[in-house]
Amino acid sequence: MKALWPLRKGTLGVPVGVSVDPHRMDPFADTLQRLREAFSSGHTRPVEFRATQLKGLGRFLQENKQLLQEALAQDLRKSAFEGDMSEILLCQNEVDLALKNLHTWTKDKPVAKNLFTQLDSAFIRKEPFGLVLIIAPWNYPVNLTLMPLVGALAAGNCVVLKPSEISKSTEKVLAEVLPRYLDQSCFAVVLGGPEETGQLLEHKFDHIFFTGSPRVGKIVMTAAAKHLTPVTLELGGKNPCYVDDNCDPQTVANRVAWFRYFNAGQTCVAPDYVLCSPETQARLLPALQSAITRFYGDDPRASPDLGRIINHKHFQRLRGLLSCGRVAIGGQSDDSDRYIAPTVLVDVQETEPVMQQEIFGPILPILNVRGLDEAIDFINRREKPLALYAFSNNSQVINQMLDRTSSGTFGGNDGFVYLTLPSLPLGGVGNSGMGRYHGEFSFDTFSHHRACLLAPSDLEKINEIRYPPYSGWNQQVISWAMGNQRCSILPHPGSPLLIHPALLQWDPPHSDMWEN
Amino acid sequence: MDPFADTLKRLREAFRSGLTRPAEFRATQLKGLGRFLQENKQLLQEALAQDLRKSTFESQVSEISISQSEINLALRNLRAWMKDEKVSKNLATQLDSAFIRKEPFGLVLIIAPWNYPVNLTLMPLVGALAAGNCVVLKPSEISKSTEKVLAEVLPRYLDQSCFAVVLGGPEETGQLLEHKFDHIFFTGSPRVGKIVMTAAAKHLTPVTLELGGKNPCYVDDNCDPQTVANRVAWFRYFNAGQTCVAPDYVLCSPETQARLLPALQSAITRFYGDDPRASPDLGRIINHKHFQRLRGLLSCGRVAIGGQSDDSDRYIAPTVLVDVQETEPVMQQEIFGPILPILNVRGLDEAIDFINRREKPLALYAFSNNSQVVKRVLAQTSSGGFCGNDGFMHMTLSSLPFGGVGASGMGNYHGKFSFDTFSHHRACLLRSPGLEKIYAIRYPPHSPRNLRVLLTAMETRSCSCTLL
Repeated sequence: MKALWPLRKGTLGVPVGVSVDPHRMDPFADTLQRLREAFSSGHTRPVEFRATQLKGLGRFLQENKQLLQEALAQDLRKSAFEGDMSEILLCQNEVDLALKNLHTWTKDKPVAKNLFTQLDSAFIRKEPFGLVLIIAPWNYPVNLTLMPLVGALAAGNCVVLKPSEISKSTEKVLAEVLPRYLDQSCFAVVLGGPEETGQLLEHKFDHIFFTGSPRVGKIVMTAAAKHLTPVTLELGGKNPCYVDDNCDPQTVANRVAWFRYFNAGQTCVAPDYVLCSPETQARLLPALQSAITRFYGDDPRASPDLGRIINHKHFQRLRGLLSCGRVAIGGQSDDSDRYIAPTVLVDVQETEPVMQQEIFGPILPILNVRGLDEAIDFINRREKPLALYAFSNNSQVINQMLDRTSSGTFGGNDGFVYLTLPSLPLGGVGNSGMGRYHGEFSFDTFSHHRACLLAPSDLEKINEIRYPPYSGWNQQVISWAMGNQRCSILPHPGSPLLIHPALLQWDPPHSDMWEN
Repeated sequence: MDPFADTLKRLREAFRSGLTRPAEFRATQLKGLGRFLQENKQLLQEALAQDLRKSTFESQVSEISISQSEINLALRNLRAWMKDEKVSKNLATQLDSAFIRKEPFGLVLIIAPWNYPVNLTLMPLVGALAAGNCVVLKPSEISKSTEKVLAEVLPRYLDQSCFAVVLGGPEETGQLLEHKFDHIFFTGSPRVGKIVMTAAAKHLTPVTLELGGKNPCYVDDNCDPQTVANRVAWFRYFNAGQTCVAPDYVLCSPETQARLLPALQSAITRFYGDDPRASPDLGRIINHKHFQRLRGLLSCGRVAIGGQSDDSDRYIAPTVLVDVQETEPVMQQEIFGPILPILNVRGLDEAIDFINRREKPLALYAFSNNSQVVKRVLAQTSSGGFCGNDGFMHMTLSSLPFGGVGASGMGNYHGKFSFDTFSHHRACLLRSPGLEKIYAIRYPPHSPRNLRVLLTAMETRSCSCTLL
């Protein structure tokens, strides 16, 4: 039908007076409904199905290693080494670990019983939540998308993945290639920026796993609260790195530098700033220069092992930080390829911008303290970080630092090598996050732990003791029976079991109702 | 004016001083809590009687004893729970010390409800204290007599530099929630749970929410009606039905309903006598507002048993309703009273569909002589907790986590779960400052050989190999 005059459009860009199909306005509704229906059908529950998904994920990594390395190189100029070590291999290990342990993890866990529940079957059952949302960041766009995904799939959930739109090349691979390896009735990748993510968050999910900044973490948790959706928030902060006077400066410099400049500093668990005495600073500086030269050569810009800043916005932000304090090492930058040199700043004040935000770049400020106590005070005055590091030849110093501070994770005499241990949980505390994952922790994070008690349908005689009308001794027996979880069934002198005639006539009860 | 600022500041400073960290201090607090219960048993029973007309039996079993057991369990296991938990290592970390350290969060807030005002205040408190936190307790203002005992007597047994009771209604609680806590433990309704979580989000405070819902109770045709009636009735009418995990409604066939009704009447008469109003073992409704609400529900469906009420002492008779429609008010809210609606389904499939169409409940019950039926209900539904062939006995086992899922809550507690809920689990790796030659293999510039060695060391497959 030909319009005689242009249709007036309302604020939503839709012609006024035209009724709108809500599903068309909401780009996610259909997908989410489809995934929910798949979950309700029970499709993801069998262990075999989950194993198939995990194997698919494994094949995705193996068959597209080159493609992924290229994407990571395009997004972050990540070297093949870094791409392997910190992204692809870690995910592969996680997939293998989940496959190996899936049967064990999904098994019902029997628990200790008290006297009253001796005849029952008592266990914890791990169940998938249902439809879960994973929102991933751009700095380790493969790792921080797929590691949580392993947990979500192993636990039997249907998954919506929202990869970062900032790491564009990797986003493309995840959106176009990954789904081919998974059952798409139970898995979807959705794309978009902050606005679309906001829209997505209006929907109800059964768990939301978010990796990103504290600022956005609050937005996610607030949105989740509307639906009483549990959340795992892997956030960030400024990770302190205390360097004791009693240390070998070169060893420390090697370790601090490597973990600081890895991925051009764009790591949530990287040492963010150093605290040390002026004397130690004087020893550290030449050692840091030495380490940087050893790692990246005289012209770090030419090193294939040094990454680049993700985008122009962050590059500008970091360039601004280069004017804080005084540049002791590095300080160069070039916006033609978003290069920032491995940099060390000294004479930095707490009030300067470089100490007011998570740096997330290859810049390491050194601040002076007059000893361990001052360092601990400095750290404890600030938000709890995701990671905390302490370097010392003296284990007492390390232990002091560990005992008197709090952080998501802690590294003594090294950087974030603990990330490679799936038996350690990765998660923040306070401003750096809540919840944790990796290895079995991922499986548990994406599961509801359901308390189950299966009682025999007969043997009602035993229960008589709990029904009203009451006498004093009823409550004695019950209190005693409830409190005793390790006792033997033999009555001891004074035990209520000796008192009541009905119980004395009690044949040892037996019910084979729950035996397999 | 902020009535809480000084208290919170004081408690935070106490935490920062490290006062609550040593095991001895925590044990002292727990012992203090134990003495509070022992020395004030009478006082607490009287308060519970005043608030809810709770019988001595119910007070003892579901409030005092269970809290005492929790304290004893925590005291017995404190050091074991506090210990650093060593974890398995891969080749790359063979020489390191790798463990999980449990740390207190700091300043935690416990907001408690009125239905089990001792249990649901003290059980979380045990966990918070054992884990080494400083605690702000906000007991319910609705269970006034118990609130008084908790506010006036309990603090004398604890170190008051690390512990405070704050009082108030919704407005004061809202004010309290504007402050930053390091963990908030809330027991109450889903509606308020959302308010608490939204407030917590502003400070990125983790929350444990123990909420509620309508707990379905499926009764299979293959059952002994009297046994089922005894069990369902006892758990329904306990505390006059004011229990978050009580069976809220029954699903069964019309045939089973016909067998259940006389059995339920029989159980009720057996438990509470011909005139339940005269029974010392039947509680009363907490306040007039809830009494009115429940009285309104008595006109849903058709009263098959009970139905009497008396507002002079907020008495509601143990009641069973039949011919109830899903759309009626009694099926649209958590009942939280001594009223049990029975709805008909034509079999297990229909019951499971009915259940799955609704919010995930805190508890779910299934009664059948056939274990396969019970297992099917378990396998095809979800809920915080589940009990086959009985009521909320699972709550008495501290080795089982107590918590909800979906609209019935998040997080869990009881026993060690409480300790873990109130602790941050910090991943720690301590490495030697030497041996730099070994670790140098990871530094750039990289060679393919270095990469191969590193990859092997990181592999999870080969962790039991020798160094060769």
